[in-house]
Amino acid sequence: MDMPELQDKVRKILAENLSVPEDQVKPEARFQEDLDADSLDLVEAVLALEEEFGVTIPEEEMEGVKTVGQAVQLVATKLGVSA
Amino acid sequence: MPEATIALVTGASRGIGSATCLALARAGLAVGVGYRSDPEGAEETVAKARADGGTAHSIAIDVRDEGSIDEAFRRVEKDLGPVRVLVNNAGYTKDGLAVKYTTENWDATIDTNLKGAFLCSRRGLPAMLKARWGRIVNVASVAALRGNAGQAAYTASKAGLVGLTRSLAREVGGRGITVNAVCPGFVETRMTEVQGAEIRQRYMEMTPAGRFGSPEEVAAAIAFPCGSEAGYINGSVVTVDGGLTA
Repeated sequence: MDMPELQDKVRKILAENLSVPEDQVKPEARFQEDLDADSLDLVEAVLALEEEFGVTIPEEEMEGVKTVGQAVQLVATKLGVSA
Repeated sequence: MPEATIALVTGASRGIGSATCLALARAGLAVGVGYRSDPEGAEETVAKARADGGTAHSIAIDVRDEGSIDEAFRRVEKDLGPVRVLVNNAGYTKDGLAVKYTTENWDATIDTNLKGAFLCSRRGLPAMLKARWGRIVNVASVAALRGNAGQAAYTASKAGLVGLTRSLAREVGGRGITVNAVCPGFVETRMTEVQGAEIRQRYMEMTPAGRFGSPEEVAAAIAFPCGSEAGYINGSVVTVDGGLTA
């Protein structure tokens, strides 16, 4: 999987889990402020990402993730996908 | 016929856990009968549930062990389907005055009664969140509500379980999931059987009902919040104690 493909997949999953249109899930979009996600929404999104990509994302790694782009980067790092 | 809702009850080889399995099976749920040390008791529960026309499987689960919990959930998922109803019933008690109470006994009590319920809930919640439906019932005790000399660890674990119930209820209440606690008073089970005649007599006198409860009477209160009709009951702490704490 390359970076654009991964980004598409992550955005799709985030859009579905946060119940927002996919075009709003831009790399710079902030979960809390722009996408109206609360902490449980984020946990659910992370669970969905873990399931889709077969990775484990511990709580301490979630903490720094504030934007869609950061979430994509986190999954990319886990999977060893580089830009 | 719609597919049966799947339940997992821990500590279900006897007593309240066993009676809960039978009540849930009678209500049409497919039940995982969780046991740790008594497979025969679990099989008896399974046989009774099946004789009643219900669906039940015995499931080995040691709630003190994350690996065992994961394995048990996987087995239920494989044999029956994803767990939608979790009854954290497995319990441990060892009485003794605090000043001479061993750290080992303290840990054993907290690990089973409190940490075990947390670990099982944590393992079960993702599937419930995904389904936007779930039920967790924690079997606490009236010991969560009033102190008992000689039961510092037990009362602390059960009071902790009530706190866990309330926080979880707030965390997941927006997703169609409810988390409630049932607090049995003095019920005739293996756990209370070991109490001395003096304590039994004292509890009998303190209980307005003038008798001890049966596991079936507690099971009815556990089964009710597990149903679809109970979706607005969340974070409740229900006593089933013959009026002991009234």
